[in-house]
This record gives sequence, C-alpha cells and structure tokens, in this order.
Amino acid sequence: MSTLTELKAPGVQAPAPSAATTRRLDALVAPVIAVVVLVSLWQILAWASPLRSDLFPGPGAVLAKLPELLADGSLLGAVGTSLFRAVSGFVIAVLVATPIALLLAHQPLLRRGVGPLISAMQVLPSIAWVPAAIILFGLSDATIYTVLLLGAIPSIINGLLSGIDMIPQQYTALSKVLGASKREHILHVELPAALPGYVSGLRQGWAFAWRSLMAAELIAVGGSLALGVGSLLQRGRDLADLPLVMLVILVILLVGALIELLCFAPLERKLLRDRGMSRTGEK
Amino acid sequence: MGVLLHEVSLSYPGTGLVIDRMSAEIEDGEFIAVLGASGCGKSSLLNIISGLLAPSAGWLEVPEDGAAFMFQDSNLLPWLSAGANVELALKLADYPKALRAQRVRELFELVQLSHAVDKKPHELSGGMRQRVALARALAQDRQVLLMDEPFAALDAITRDMLHEELRNLWEQTGKTIIFVTHNVREAIRLAGRILVLSSHPGRILETRRITDELRRNPAQAADLANELTTILRKEQRKHEHTDRT
Repeated sequence: MSTLTELKAPGVQAPAPSAATTRRLDALVAPVIAVVVLVSLWQILAWASPLRSDLFPGPGAVLAKLPELLADGSLLGAVGTSLFRAVSGFVIAVLVATPIALLLAHQPLLRRGVGPLISAMQVLPSIAWVPAAIILFGLSDATIYTVLLLGAIPSIINGLLSGIDMIPQQYTALSKVLGASKREHILHVELPAALPGYVSGLRQGWAFAWRSLMAAELIAVGGSLALGVGSLLQRGRDLADLPLVMLVILVILLVGALIELLCFAPLERKLLRDRGMSRTGEK
Repeated sequence: MGVLLHEVSLSYPGTGLVIDRMSAEIEDGEFIAVLGASGCGKSSLLNIISGLLAPSAGWLEVPEDGAAFMFQDSNLLPWLSAGANVELALKLADYPKALRAQRVRELFELVQLSHAVDKKPHELSGGMRQRVALARALAQDRQVLLMDEPFAALDAITRDMLHEELRNLWEQTGKTIIFVTHNVREAIRLAGRILVLSSHPGRILETRRITDELRRNPAQAADLANELTTILRKEQRKHEHTDRT
C-alpha cells in the first residue's frame, strides 16, 4: 500500500532555503569574496611591481613563511602568549572599568571632573604609555599589562556610560512607580537596559586591548618577557624579513577578527534580537 | 481613601505655569477621567499624584502605599518576557517568591492574555502590550491606579475591547482609577466623573458626572460628547492664540 507521503507530484521542487539560511550564507560568502579579491589584487601588484620580491612580497611568498614558523613553534607560542595576555588583561580591564563607570554614572560632579580625562585617555595612542611603563616596571609583564589596561579601561568606561546615558527616561520613571530602591533600579533596570551599549564598549575595549598589547610587545622586547606576536613583528623588522612581518600582521588581523566574529558579534546580535532590534544593515 | 488635591500648582523653569491651583477630591473606588487637549498638564498631574514630580505649590493626599501607574506607551522592559515584566513588579512589591508564578498566571488570566506569558514585548501587538502593562500595574496591588492615555496609540477595535475589559476590571477590583485622555468619547465611555481641564495652564474648567443611564443612551452621550468637544476646541484655540501673541 502506498502512502500519500511517499508520493511526490511531478514538478514539485524541494523547499527553498529559509531566509535565515540565505542570510547566514551571505554573511559568510561576502567576506570570503572580499578577501579573495584583495589577495588577488595584492598578488597582481606584486607581479607588476618593479620592486624586488623581498621588498614587496606577494601573498605566496608570505604564506611560504608559515611552515617554517609553525615548525619551530614560534608562531603558535607567540599567539598563545599574546592571547593569554590580551584575554587576562581584558578581564581585569572589565573588572576595573565597570564599577568606575557605574560610579561616574551616579555621581554627576565626579563625572564632570573625571569624564573628560577618561575621554582624553581614550584618544591618547597606547604606544605613548610604553616608554613610561618600561621606566617604571622594566622589561616585564607589568609593563605589557599597564599599557593594555590603560588602553582598554577608558573605552569600556565610556561604553557603559553611553549605554546608561541612552536609557530612556521612562525606565527611570517606571522604577520609581514600581517602588524600586536605587540598588534594585541599577540591578533590574539600569544594567540590563545599558547592556547593548556596554557590549559595544567591551567590543571597543577588546580592540583597544589588542592594539595596545601589540604596541607594548613591539617595543618591550627582551628581559623576562615571553615572545608575543608583537615581538615576532619586531624580530621580522630586525631581520629585514618583510614576508615574516606581513605574515605576523595577517595573524594579528586574523586573531582580532576571529575574536570579533566568534565572541562579540554573536553576543551583540543575540542581545539586540532579544529586544526586537537589529544592527544597522541587518534584518 | 481616595486622592485629595488642594490648590496644586506646577511650574517648570522656562515654560512657566503648567498646572494652576487645581483642587479636586477623588473618592475611594471612583473611576475618574481627566479630559483635556494636548499640553494642558494632564500627564503632569498624574506625575504629581504618583510622586514622580513634586508640586510647586499646594498639597495633596494619596494613600500611604502610593499609586500604580500605567504609561501611555506600555513601557515594558524589552529584555524581559511579558510574564517576567509582571513578575518584576511583584518582586519589587515584596510579593512572596513562592507565590509569584501563580500570581502572574492569575493576572494574565485577568487581562485575558494567558497565552502570551512567555512572549517578548516586541512579539506582541500594541493592544497586547498594553494588557501586559495593565497586568503589571495591577500586580502592584495599590488601591489607586493612574492611567496616562494608555489606549491612545491603539486602533479603534482594540481600544473598544480594552475599554470593556477595563470597566469590568474596575467593577471587579473596586480600585480608584484616574484615567487621563484627550478623547471625549473614551472619557464618557469609561468614567463616572469627568474633570475637564483648560489649556495652558491646566485648571479644572468643568466637572461632569456620567451615569450608567447616560452611557446607555446614545443620543444623550452624543450630546455630551459634542458639548465637551466644543469646550476643548475653544480651549485649544485660545491656547493657540495665546501662543501666537
């Protein structure tokens, strides 16, 4: 006996992929195409360039460096060291910046005094802190962490502050009419409402932390310091090895992009989706 | 105890007097509509009664536990589900934790929204959001309920349904409701008494009692609606003229 489900009418096509699947594919395919186009342009320029290949290496020459660095373990070791520093430094930055931001949000006078200084610190290039940190702490991890924290903390503070500033006044009125205490208002209304701004601040804080770390590792080399990705960049410069320098730059970009794509972008998307919102340009 | 206003005035720096020596006695269990054109200080009056604003002059008496408030837009917290929004109100009112889930279910049944407890606010229609907001206001379990044009943004059919439900709720709970609106028909449909406010500054121009008999009589209700609309139009024109000069 045949059943209806076993029968397929002629001309019936498989269901079209859902809009969500199409969007996910678009999100994956578009950056891949962009990278392929850029790498192809780079290779064409390298072929066409009158410069020597060691002064303008193409992507092939740069990638050829990879097996060598993987074989002696220097690349993976450097990436591991830098990632550990960046993640642990970032966590410390979050733990320091969050209470400071909450304090400033609730102490207008303090904010008027300190707020502009924090914004100024955010503008200051982190590399400017490196000489001072080396004089103070020598060639040690303390130097690296000082530069990283001074780079990340101001942007996390400003992110949380702007998240709190954007909370609709009506939420404050709601807290009052519901009889919430100050602590209850902060816990149940203010912090969750500021979360999207906070995550944007964290995202920016991570970018600053990663950049500051590279700046610190680039200058602070030697002593008791383990080799980080920035130091590997410096090694490439010392050896006038442009393919190595280019490869390390690509690794720095890749790690930054992976953290962004795997951690912050999904977190931000989920937060916004839960609130019926989406990032500009997304549906 | 209801609400007592004595010579209450409110002025903002820059905009001047918003409410001018307003006095009214609102009895316990009364359903009162505050009717006025836009910008006449209706919402400010509710903010004063709820304690969100302090009067510049005069005094008022409200029950010791304050008043529940329902905002013009639902003002639901978008990261919480509908049920969690109501549960938060219970939590902040120190309602026993073990009984909260049951109370949330009861309140959602009361506003006829049992199927939407787990939905997020953005998944609900405007009317459903306002029902959740009503459930949240009722969760505060205060005798006085302040409603600031809660149905103004809804379509006519939804508004009509909610009017009926609100009247039923009022009859069931016996709460004192102060309902602010600029919609004359809405005021007649819902309230037992209407306070008509003047425009800028807000003063009580007229007080009208609405009986069930009048409500049931379409001709009488229409006459009153026309009369009140004429008063409001006159006020609005006066206000616009004052603004121009």
